[in-house]
Parts: sequence; structure tokens; C-alpha cells
Amino acid sequence: MIKTGYKSKQRIGNFFAYIFLILISIIWLFPFVGIVLQSFRSFATESGGMESYIIPHQFSLDNYKFLFSGETNFLLWYKNTVIIAFFVAALQTIVILCVSYALSRMRFAGRTLLMKSWLILGLFPGFLTMICLYFLLKQFGLTQAGAIPGLILVSVASSGMGYYVCKGYFDTIPKALDEAARIDGASRARIFFTMTIPMSKPIIIYTALVAFMAPWNDYIFASYVAFGHDKSYNVAVAMFRWVKTNDYQGYFTRFCAGGVLIAIPVTLLFMFLQKYYVEGVTGGAVKG
Amino acid sequence: MANGSKKEKKNNIATFFSALGNDCKKIGLTFKEGDIRTKLSFIIMGLGPILRGQILVGLALMLSEVIFIWYMTGFGWTYLSKITTLGTVATHKVKRKTVYGDNSFLILLFGVLSIFAVIAIIALWRLNVEENRREELTLKAGKKLPTNLETFGSLFDKNFDKTLLFLPVTGIFLFTLLPIVFMIFIAFTNYDYNHQAPANLFTWVGLQNFKELVSFGSEGLGPTFFKVLAWTLVWAFLATFIDYFLGLAVAILINKKGIRFKKLWRTILVMTIAVPQFVSLLYVAKMFANDGIINGFLKRVGLIQSAIPFWSNPMLARVTIVVVNIWIGIPYLMLIATGLLMNIPEDLYESARIDGASAWQMFKSITLPYMLFVTGPFLLTQFTGNLNNFGVIYLLSGGGPGTMSYAGNAGTTDLLVTWLYKMTVNDSNYRMAAVIGIMVFIVTAIFALGVYGLLPSVKDEEGFQ
Repeated sequence: MIKTGYKSKQRIGNFFAYIFLILISIIWLFPFVGIVLQSFRSFATESGGMESYIIPHQFSLDNYKFLFSGETNFLLWYKNTVIIAFFVAALQTIVILCVSYALSRMRFAGRTLLMKSWLILGLFPGFLTMICLYFLLKQFGLTQAGAIPGLILVSVASSGMGYYVCKGYFDTIPKALDEAARIDGASRARIFFTMTIPMSKPIIIYTALVAFMAPWNDYIFASYVAFGHDKSYNVAVAMFRWVKTNDYQGYFTRFCAGGVLIAIPVTLLFMFLQKYYVEGVTGGAVKG
Repeated sequence: MANGSKKEKKNNIATFFSALGNDCKKIGLTFKEGDIRTKLSFIIMGLGPILRGQILVGLALMLSEVIFIWYMTGFGWTYLSKITTLGTVATHKVKRKTVYGDNSFLILLFGVLSIFAVIAIIALWRLNVEENRREELTLKAGKKLPTNLETFGSLFDKNFDKTLLFLPVTGIFLFTLLPIVFMIFIAFTNYDYNHQAPANLFTWVGLQNFKELVSFGSEGLGPTFFKVLAWTLVWAFLATFIDYFLGLAVAILINKKGIRFKKLWRTILVMTIAVPQFVSLLYVAKMFANDGIINGFLKRVGLIQSAIPFWSNPMLARVTIVVVNIWIGIPYLMLIATGLLMNIPEDLYESARIDGASAWQMFKSITLPYMLFVTGPFLLTQFTGNLNNFGVIYLLSGGGPGTMSYAGNAGTTDLLVTWLYKMTVNDSNYRMAAVIGIMVFIVTAIFALGVYGLLPSVKDEEGFQ
């Protein structure tokens, strides 16, 4: 009797849970569905601005055609962003692996001092130093026309401070393995390259994934460094103008189309590697 | 307590000076007992090691001295010598030609770099003395010095940390430490729109900018600063805790026994992490605009006559931002909580159920304490992250709507960081931007360092095992 009561209670509970889950799924997906639908709205027969309906009266590829037509540098901006994302992902991962290994496995004079000072430096807001970085890059000729290597340099140069998650992972690899290898005569470098790195696939993928996704959002510093030089813009800088400047009414659906083209590869990549992301985020959260 | 820390401080100072004294003594001893090679090394760094056959070490030391001298004589000294005034010769015109005077910006930047260079060379010089001493003692004891090949090999073994850290540390020094120190100095100058290098000079003004930030006079930014600070704290608090509890609730819901398609629900939520925020948040911002889809729809079905001013009413804008942030925040929490919830031993719930505990009671006395304990540090990083959550504010409201009662172009949803950004980019008010940056640092540091020590999971690591 009690058991059936519990069961039916659970069934009612689950019913409401499903309703709730369906509801939040709709809320969560609404903006994405909106972007996709509006990107297909016909520019020629309807409008490129914001309207009070979501489903276009006439589906067309006008907005996509515009992006590929060469009227703007969209393809170049896209290429810039891909280049930045690839280099940042590769180099940043290497830097973080090096730093994490040194901090996790080796004990040297100044180790805690280094970690403490990096922690303190990390508490300063990043935008504080924008103007200084701009002038530094300018000394090397890495602004405006040279903005892309400049942006890569800046994001890679400071990336060593983001070692926490990766070091936390290395700390969980038993030290006994290292010691055994050292007794067998392997050098630190050999242990690092042939043992630690192959064992760290999840964390390498996590680090690279996070690094790869960041440049797609980089508006602030990118717009500052590339200022006024259309050819060095990334997609965020270029398309931000389409929604924030005054003529966005005509460019709104074009923004949506561009947004879809940006979101598809990044989202697919993320969804494929989601498992690693969750592992990294959870590990990082618990260890703090 | 206060007394104790004072004592400790005194002790610290005492240990520092005694260490310094010992150091000097050791250096003196090295010189007195050293042979001619060591003595020469005091002036020409690395000469001793080279003469003893330690070519790699010696060359590295010598090279650093050469670079230092080259930098200082050719470049650094001209800037360092002017650092007290930041330049006296303004850019002026002789007939029709512009004659460039001192560039205060570069004087400060390279001045700071030179100070670091001096510190570095002193440290290297000390290493140089130590190296000489060690080599001499080794030779005196009749032992052999390592060969150059061995020294080189140690960079991949015993000294592998130096190889690994060299580039990252250099990068952080040049692109993080140096700029931050530079900007801290800027806070004590009058570098702003009217004093832009190279056309104009700027100079030291002491604490004037800090006074301006907190003063309530007609020129002061005090009223605005404290309002922006208050909103920053309120926002960080709301954004962190609302997201935390709602995210936890959703995670528990999806984890609930008997709920199917768990993976589907999670994937749908995770979309907000996967899609670049630059795309999704700008679109959401437009959804809530006066002519956006939400207002348009409500108007069309006749629920409202005029648009709801989501972004132009200060209070409404704040609420909207917090609500939209839930949309972004829940998925992160859900991901983290899902993993952690599975770690809670099932028998805890089982025995609670036998005791007749309701779902709410179980949540209150099992799930929540466990989660709070485990995710304490995470909550703190979330909080400090939200204090500096530039992306959400900037992409949604841009800090607006503005109001007449705010000075310094701040808007009612501006956080300290977005205000800092506006000051740098829109107003070229670098001196105040630097001051605000320091304030952000202080606020973040209070929470990150102050609260961290009080967390139960930090104080008592074994607590929940």
C-alpha cells in the first residue's frame, strides 16, 4: 500500500518535472531557433531589420549570399578568426602544459613565490592594461595591419597563469610513476614527453578547446588593437558594428546569418568534445 | 590577534635584514677568500666560470651583463633619468616644424622596465658570486666540476623547470607584470585626454586621482563610484547565488530517478556554453530591445500598448541582465553539479527515506551541505568572476542606460570593469581608469584572499570524508 503510494507520488512528480524540463528547453533554445530562422528571412522582399515575427514569410538565402558576395570582408574576417583560434589553441596548450608540469612535478627555489605572485597578478582586471599593451605591441609593429600576430602574442604570452586546472590534473597522476621512471634512468624531459603528456589527453583537449573558443568572442582587445583597419578585424569586431551602430536595422538578419556561420563549427566542436569539457570544468571547480 | 600579526611582521622584517646581512657577509667572504678569477668576476660577470672551463654558465652570465649595459647606456638610462619628472621638454613648434619633446608615456614605460632590469641584474650578480664560490669550494675539495655537456643536459633533467618556465615567465613579465606595474604608476599621474603623449606631457600628481574618485564635491566622482561599486557587489551576489541554486535545482531535477532522456536535456542546456556568447548575447539583447521580438510580439497580441523599456529603464535593465544571466549560468552549474551529485553516497538518501524524510528535508540536510562544502572554492571564483563579468554586461546593455545623476559617463548597469573600459576607450581618461582598476583589484582581492581562508573546505580538508 505504502509502496504504491510512493510510486504514484513519484509518477506525478515526474510528470511535473517533464513539463518543467520541456518549458526550460523551449526557453533555452528559443534564441538559437530565432537566429537560425531570421537568418533565412528574405532581404529583398521583406527586410533586414528587426520584425515582430520570427518565422520568415519567405525563406531565402539572401543574407548568406551577401556574406559570400565580397561586398564586405566577411570571409577574410572569418579566416582571421580561424587563424587566431588555431594558433592560440596550439601555443596556449603548450605553454600551460609546460607550466603545469614544472609546478606540479618539480620543486625549485621561488616556486611558491611564483605561484603567489601569479595569483595576485590574476586579480587585476585584464582591461586595465589595454592601453599599455597597445603601446607595447605598437613598438613591435603588431597593431592595425599586424593585429593578428599581435593578438596571438598577447593571448599566448599571459596564458601561463591559467595553469590551475591542468596542474590539478597532473597532481592526480601518481608521483610513484615518475620516480620509477627516474630510477630507470629517464630524464625529466623524457618523462614529460613520453609519460605525462600521453596520459593527459583529456586535459590537453580541454585546454585546447577552451583556448580555441575564446578568440571567437574577443571583441574588446581585438577592436582596440585592430582599430580602423578593416582587414585585420576578427568576426566579433566586424559584426559587432552591424548590431550596435545605427544602421543595424538593415543588417540585423545579416548579423544572424553571420552568427549562424560562426556558431556552427564552434558548437559542433564543443558538442563532440563535451565530455572533456565537463571533466575539466568539474575537476577545476572542486579543486578550486 | 592584531598584536600577534604585528609581531609576526616585525619578525619578518628582522629575518629579512638578517638574511640580507648574511648575504653581504657571504659575498664579502667570497671576495676575500676568492682567487683572482673570482675577484675579476665581481666586475666582469661570468669570467671566473669561463676561466674554470664552465663556458655555458659563464657565457650566460656574461651575456646578461652585456645586454644590461647595452640596454642601459643606449636606451634605458635616458628614460630612467627622467622618471622623476616624466619629461620636461614639451612638444612644440619651431616655425612650422614640429619638434618632438619628451614622451611621458615611453619615459614611464621604459623607466619601469629599467627598474626591473636593475633588479634582475642585481639578482644575477648575486648568482654569479654564488656560482664562483661554489666552483672554488668544489675545486678546493678536490672534486671535479660538471662538464659543459652535463650542464646542458641538466636543462632537460634536474633543471628542466627552468627550460619549461623560461618562456612563460618572460611572457607574463612583459605582457602582464610590466603593464600592471605601469598602470599602477599611471594612477598617480595626470595622464588623460588633455595630457596625451606625445603631443603633451603628463606628470606625477600624487594621490589626487584617488581623492577625486572618493570625493563628494562637484568635481568628485564619489557619488557615482559608490553607486557603481554597490551595483557591482549586488550584481555579483545575485548572479552567483541565483545561478547556483537554480542550476543545482535543475541538475537535481534531471538526475531524478525515472526521468528519461537525461542526455537530451543536458545537451539542450549546454547549447548556451557552446554557442559563442558574442552571437547569442547580442541576439538576446536585441530580443529585449524596444523594437525587438518580445516587445513586438506582446504588442501584436495586444498585451501592451507601448514597448516595455527593458534596456532604457535602469531598474528593469538590471533585472533583465540578472535574468538573462540565469540563462547563461544554469548550464555551467548543471554540468558541475551533475558530476558531484553522483558522488553523494546513495545509502545516505536511502536511510533518510526510511526515516521518513521528505524530499525537501533530504535536500536541506544532505544535498545542500555537501554541495556547499565541495563547491565553496568554486562559488568564490564564480563570485570574483562575476565582479569582473565584462562580457555579459557589455554585450547586453553596454552599461546603459545612462543617467544625469552619474558622472564620468557611467551608466546604471555599469560594473567597475565596464566603467574602466569606457574611461579608457571613450574618454581617454587613463588616470581614472587606472585608479578604478586598482579599486577592482582591492575588491577582488578582499573576496578572493580574505574569504578563501574562511571556507570550510579550505579550513578543514577532511571535513566531508
